This record gives sequence, C-alpha cells and structure tokens, in this order.
Amino acid sequence: MSSNKRFRTHVTCTVNGDEVDFLASDETSLLDALRDELGLTGAKEGCGTGDCGACSVLVDGRINCSCLMFAPEAEGRDIVTVEGIASGGQLHPLQQTFLEGAALQCGICTPGFLVSAKALLDENPDPSETEIRYALAGNLCRCTGYDKIVRSVQEAAVQLRGAAR
Amino acid sequence: MTVTEDRPKYKWVGTRPIRPDGYDKVVGKARFAADLNLPGQLHAAILRSPHGHARILSIDTAAAEAMPGVQAVVTGADFPDLDATNSERDVAENLMARDVVLYVGHALAAVAASTRAEAAAAVATIEVEYELLPVVLTLDESMAEGAPLVNENNVTMFVESDGPSNLATVNALERGDVDAAFEAADLVVEREFETSWVHQGYIEPHACVVDVGADGRADIWVSSQGHFRVRSQTAAVLGWETARVKVTPAEIGGGFGGKTTIYLEPVAARLSEKSGRPVKIVMSREEVLRATGPAPASKSRVRIAATNDGELTAIEGWLGYAVGCTNDMAGFIGAMSVASYRFPNLKLEAVASLTNTPKTAAYRAPSAPQAAFAIESVIDEVAQRLELDPIEVRLKNAVVEGDPTAMGMPHPRIGFVECLEAIRDSDHYRSPVPEGAARGVGSGFWFNIGEQSSATVNLNEDGTATVITGSPDIGGSRASMALMAAEELGIDVQRITPVVADTESVGFTDVTEGSRATFATGMAVVNACRELIDELKSRAATILGVEKDAVDWVDGAAVADGKDPLSLAAITAKAKSTGGPLTVTASLNAGGAGPSFAVHCCDLAVDEETGQVTILRYTAAQDAGTAIHPSYVEGQMQGGTVQGIGWALNEEYVYDDDGSMLNASFLDYRIPVASDLPMIDTIVVEVPNPAHPYGVRGVGETGIVPPMATIANAICSATSVRMTSLPMSPPSILAALGDR
Repeated sequence: MSSNKRFRTHVTCTVNGDEVDFLASDETSLLDALRDELGLTGAKEGCGTGDCGACSVLVDGRINCSCLMFAPEAEGRDIVTVEGIASGGQLHPLQQTFLEGAALQCGICTPGFLVSAKALLDENPDPSETEIRYALAGNLCRCTGYDKIVRSVQEAAVQLRGAAR
Repeated sequence: MTVTEDRPKYKWVGTRPIRPDGYDKVVGKARFAADLNLPGQLHAAILRSPHGHARILSIDTAAAEAMPGVQAVVTGADFPDLDATNSERDVAENLMARDVVLYVGHALAAVAASTRAEAAAAVATIEVEYELLPVVLTLDESMAEGAPLVNENNVTMFVESDGPSNLATVNALERGDVDAAFEAADLVVEREFETSWVHQGYIEPHACVVDVGADGRADIWVSSQGHFRVRSQTAAVLGWETARVKVTPAEIGGGFGGKTTIYLEPVAARLSEKSGRPVKIVMSREEVLRATGPAPASKSRVRIAATNDGELTAIEGWLGYAVGCTNDMAGFIGAMSVASYRFPNLKLEAVASLTNTPKTAAYRAPSAPQAAFAIESVIDEVAQRLELDPIEVRLKNAVVEGDPTAMGMPHPRIGFVECLEAIRDSDHYRSPVPEGAARGVGSGFWFNIGEQSSATVNLNEDGTATVITGSPDIGGSRASMALMAAEELGIDVQRITPVVADTESVGFTDVTEGSRATFATGMAVVNACRELIDELKSRAATILGVEKDAVDWVDGAAVADGKDPLSLAAITAKAKSTGGPLTVTASLNAGGAGPSFAVHCCDLAVDEETGQVTILRYTAAQDAGTAIHPSYVEGQMQGGTVQGIGWALNEEYVYDDDGSMLNASFLDYRIPVASDLPMIDTIVVEVPNPAHPYGVRGVGETGIVPPMATIANAICSATSVRMTSLPMSPPSILAALGDR
C-alpha cells in the first residue's frame, strides 16, 4: 500500500465559520483538502507553486497560497475561502463591485482576487491605487489587464468606508 | 469613452447589466473542468518525453501496471494509426507519440490509478528506450540547407512538394512594381526583427473528466473554446463515430486560442474504456507550458519606401514563423494580417517552418502581432526620419473601404481612420509628454471570422426566455446573447437566461475563436428571435381575431389597430391553445465578419541603469462595430493590451540546447501583474459592421496586436535605440543601450 493511504492525520479546523474535520496525508496540500475532502472547489489550482494566487485563502486572517500549505498545518486554525466571504445570503461589497464593474471575464482567478482584496481592505480600508496594485500583485489574471479589478476594489473600499461611518 | 457613428437607438444593446454567469463566479460555485468529480473516478498521469527528438525503441509498462492503485495504462499503440489524409493526424500524434517523440514534454504513455499520487508514482516506473535524434530549435536551423528533419510526416503546403520537409507553408504575394517604387523613393527604411515563443497563459490548466459507459459511449466534461471540436477531434483520434461522444462544456478559465484543440480527452477515454471507470486528467502548470500550444517564434525583414511627405509607396517583406513540431497555417495567416496600409507596391513572402518544440496553437489574432511589430516599427522610423507626426503618416496611408489587403481582397466598411483620429484627438495624445517619459503609438488589425453557429430560443409559459447556444463563454458572450435577444424580443434582459449547452442539446457550433461568438452566434440568436416574433404575431392574430398582417411587434408586445397591445407573456400563456410550444432554432454559416482595427498610445520611462521599462500611461482605441456590452468590450481591449505588454516586455521561452524549457513555471515565465501596470484607458470606436444586424465586428483579437511596436516606438523615442527583438526585457535593453 502507498503511504498516503495508510498514514493520515486527523485535522480539525474552522472553515468559513464551521468547525470541520478531515483526514489528510502529510503531503496533501490545504488546497487539495479543501477541494477534495471538503468539496469547496472555489479555490483553484493555477500553478501549484504559489505563483498565481488562484488558491488564495485567509488563514487566521492572513492571506495564504493554500497550494503551498500542508493540510495538517491547518489544525486549529481559522480558514476563510471565497465561499465564506458572503454572509447571510448577502454578497460582500467586493463581490458586488466585481460583478457591477465587470472585474471578471473567465472567472478562474476571481476567487483568489476576492480573498486577497478582502485581506487588503480588512487591513487597510483606504488603500491608494498603488497599494491595491501591490497587494494584488500575487494574483495573476490573464483576461482583464487588471484595470477593472483595481477599480472594483477601489469602489468596494468606498462603500465599506461609507458603511463603517 | 465611446466614439459612435450614427446608428439606431437601442434599448438594451449598449447597456451594462451584470453578466448572468457572474454570480456563480464571485461566490466560488462556478464549475470549471477540474471542479467536477464523478463517483468511482480514477486520476491519470502522463509520461512525457525528456528528449527534444528521439525514436522510441521500446516502452515497458509492466512495472507500472503492478503498482498500487493502477487500473489502466495506455501508450501510442492503444490508438489507431491515422493515415496521412486524416485531418486530425497531427492532433493524434501530438497527444500520444507513436514511434517518435518530437519535443520535450511530448506525451508517450499514461496511467490511471485510484489517486493522483499513485498515478504519478506508477508513471515514473515506465521504462523507455530512446534513440536520440538531432534537435532543431530555431527557424534558422530549421530552414538551413541539409537541416535534420523535425517530423518525417511533414510536407510543405502551397508549393510543389518533393517529400518530407521542415517547411510547413510558403506564401508569396505581389502587386505593383516594387523595384521601381524603391528606386523612386525619397526614403527607404529596412529592419530585421525577432520574437520569441510566448504562451497564452490562461490561468486554468487543461483538464477533463471522461466516462466511457458499457455501451462504448463517452461522456466528456471539459473546458474548451469549442466542445463540438473536442467531440470531432476525440472521435477522430479514437477512430469512433462522432455520435459515440458527448461533450459537456465546463466553465472555461481562459483560452485565448490555446483551448481550440485537444490534448487529453482521447487519452482519458481510452483509460476509461480499459478500466471501466471515469477518468480525470488535470495538467500541471509545468505540463501546460511544456506541452500545450505557445504562439510561434518569428523572424522578419521589412523594407518600406516613402516619399518626403510621408506617402508609403512600397513594402517588401519576409515573415518567418517557427511553428513547432507539426504543420501549421501561421505563415499564411501572417500574410493575411498585412492589411492596414494601402502600399500600392507590395512583395511579401511568408513562411512557416517546423522545430522540435511543442505544436503551436492560436493566440489572440494569431500571427498578426509578430508581423505588426515589424511593420509598425518601420513605419514609425519613417515618420521619425521624415520628422512627421506618426499618426498623420498612418492617416495618410490608412486603408478605407475598398482598399486591398495584402491578399488582394477589398476591405469592407472599416474604422481604421476613425481609430487613428480617436487617438489623435484623445486627451492622452494631446497632453504634453511628461518629464522623463517618452511616447509611442502603433496600430493593429485582425480580420475576424464568421463560421457556423446555432441557437435555440425557448419562450417559457410566463414570458421569460431561454437562449441556448453552443459557444463557450470566454469573456462575457452569454451577456451579449441575452442583450441581443432582449433587444429583439422587447423584454427585460433579466427575463432571459442564456445557456451554453452540450453537444447533444444544441445545433453544431464552431469554436469560440477569431472574435466570432458575439458576431456569428449572436446572428443565430437574432435570427431565432426574429422567427419567434413572426410566430408570436401569428399567435396574437389568433388570440385577437385579426389577420396576421394587421399585427406589428412593438416593444415586446403584439399591436393591432383597435385592440389592446398583447404582451409577450400574454401570448406565451396561451401557447398551448394557439399551436403549442414557442421555440425556434436557427443555424447559419455567418459571412461578413467585420475586420477590427486598433490604435494604441503609450507613455513610458526607461531606467537606463537597470534597463527596466515602466508603463506610465496607456490608451487603446478599437473599432468594435457596435459594443453590445461595453464593459466586456473594454475588458477585451484591456486584456489583449496587457497580454501584448507582457509579450513586449517580459515573456519568452528559454530553451536549453536539448530543447528543454528552462522557465516552465509562472515564476520564471512571468506574465504581467497588477503592480506592473497603470490603468488601461479605452476608447471604444463604433463603426457598425453592415453585415451584422447590430453592427458587431468582434473585439477579442485585435487588442494584442499593437502593443509591441507601440512600446518599442516609445522606447526608441526615450533612448534613440530601435529595439528589434522581443521581449524588450531589462537585459536586452541594457545590451542595446550599451551598443548605442
């Protein structure tokens, strides 16, 4: 028998507010665990080497490439994926501005961009265009040329600041 | 910003509703190919050649078959040997080598096992004996006298052939008297250019799930630009009848031409057939870069004659494309792409030649960027040396309706002059060049295509509508289908559900390529809606008790003198009693594709210490014909522009001497990121295409064509150095500055 079937770790963590558990071998990435064990296929594998950001998730509030993190490392941590950004059937302002601003074409990179942009706005509610561009520089998009993504993040920031007032 | 010619006032066309497929995409529910899993599914891994060119002496899969979890193994021997007349022979050869591997990364065996890890472990135990053959990596090597053969099955197209050759195609075009024109010229500028292989760089790797049932029929789920082509190619490679294959399109995570052919599906089908289980194959990024279609590398030589007042009197050019390991039309299409200026005297030769590198594939306006880089750079130099404004020189020579392309066909109504004027009159071009920066302009052209499309429009009982097409939605085409249907039927766009259906649920539809989906499939939707309206008028006549001729269709309602208007919903509610379901299918082979022109303007700064180029401001103008959904038209322009910026500044394949790609990752094959770029301003020019009911031209292709020369022209203006080789990366700029 191959080792990945025989030796698996029982991992317990929080994903999108729910306490979950799953079994993972030592070489399983968090991305594969999310997609294959938990059925959360929102995070995508574009490269598997941490270069494209399509697999971005929040781990204890910090942005992470889930393809570079081993699943057992998620033990006890709080994970947020694109499926956890909307709340109570209400889209997050970023999701709404991405839709209205045509910030997605094919949509494969969109989950990663939304998670990265949320991490930015959670940290910095009033980023400059340059700060947005650098915060999103770890996420590759081949369709849009980034223009409408950056504008949609700017618009969401305005809305979130308005709501916070 | 939009510059629009006079046209009818539309209610829905030209508005910007939220795209219907967007909701699933922002919450992570959209299903791309790798997101699907079937019960009992196996995972496959592929053995790929480590050699650039070698004969396969033997393949021993016995150890792999005995590995844990392995359910099936296939090699080239598991596929029929297609004869030379079969149009899919190259596709078959590329997706599973039979006797010879033609490039590093060429597939030659595959294993299906319970897990990906088991499949990968088993593939690693397959033993192959190779006899190494000479590797040909460049256009020069390929075309050299006595060059080793890249692919013994290749014969040259368009010329008398005397057996196998590295040459793929040769096309020669000539008009006027070129020699006399150069003799009489006030100025002659001649340059040679070179460009590297570049990849389409879609973020979603190729993936499929295939389930062959006990009846021998294959169900395929795959992301592609055309699931009908996946069906026909898969059937051809397997030697099956088309009807044995059903293909369901998944959402597609980018294609740009690279997903117009197949790489995996017949392999998964054979593994599924052997194992009796569904088989999933997902490529790694490394496999995508090593084994799927880049755009051809190129070399070119362009010589242009001009008068002192900037009239371009002649062009003489040679365009060469290195097309990888199988025959390809890149050279022919490159010749077709020379079409922007009148050039009364023209002599062009376009060639394509084979190399031991991956089979190339279409990439957005295929072959045009390489040609435009050369021609637009030389025209810029003409303007510079004559001390004329580069836009005015282009305006003086720009083609208009009736002028010939290089191929000799007259242009239909086109908007090149309007695009040049849009840039000339733009705030960007009229603003002074910022301190420390320099400006460049360039233009581009793509002819666009029509081809076959089908659409079915179903009116539902409550007056909502379903618009079913066979065009995979790669950049917002469902939104544009819904808008055109709303305009025709006169109902709210929110009441229309656009669907991309599988190969058994909609009529045949060609690939989403050549900017044809909104143009041709849109025409099919419009035709279906018009037939439906005719039927709705009949039904209304029955309900109202009037002659059909007395009924008009106005704003989504049947109108007859002396009667209350009858809404679409009121008619669909009575469908059963007036003749049955209201549904129409329209199919066509669309003619009249409208060429699209673009003109770009770029301000940039060159750091002369590092060679780094920073784009400071960028404006793209393009003729869309009519922008059905302007946001997605702008998106196509911006996306194409940034791909062109990557091609200009960063992207290239780096091969070692054996033909192994040294930069097969997104870390080392670096596509532009957000922090590399400014906003990309757009000017949507609308010169309607008279051959389309709403004037659509198609906008996907042209945006990638102008950036390379636009940026090179700006760099020349900044440094007085004419860059003639792509990419214009920091080392190459530093080297060029050193030679200054």
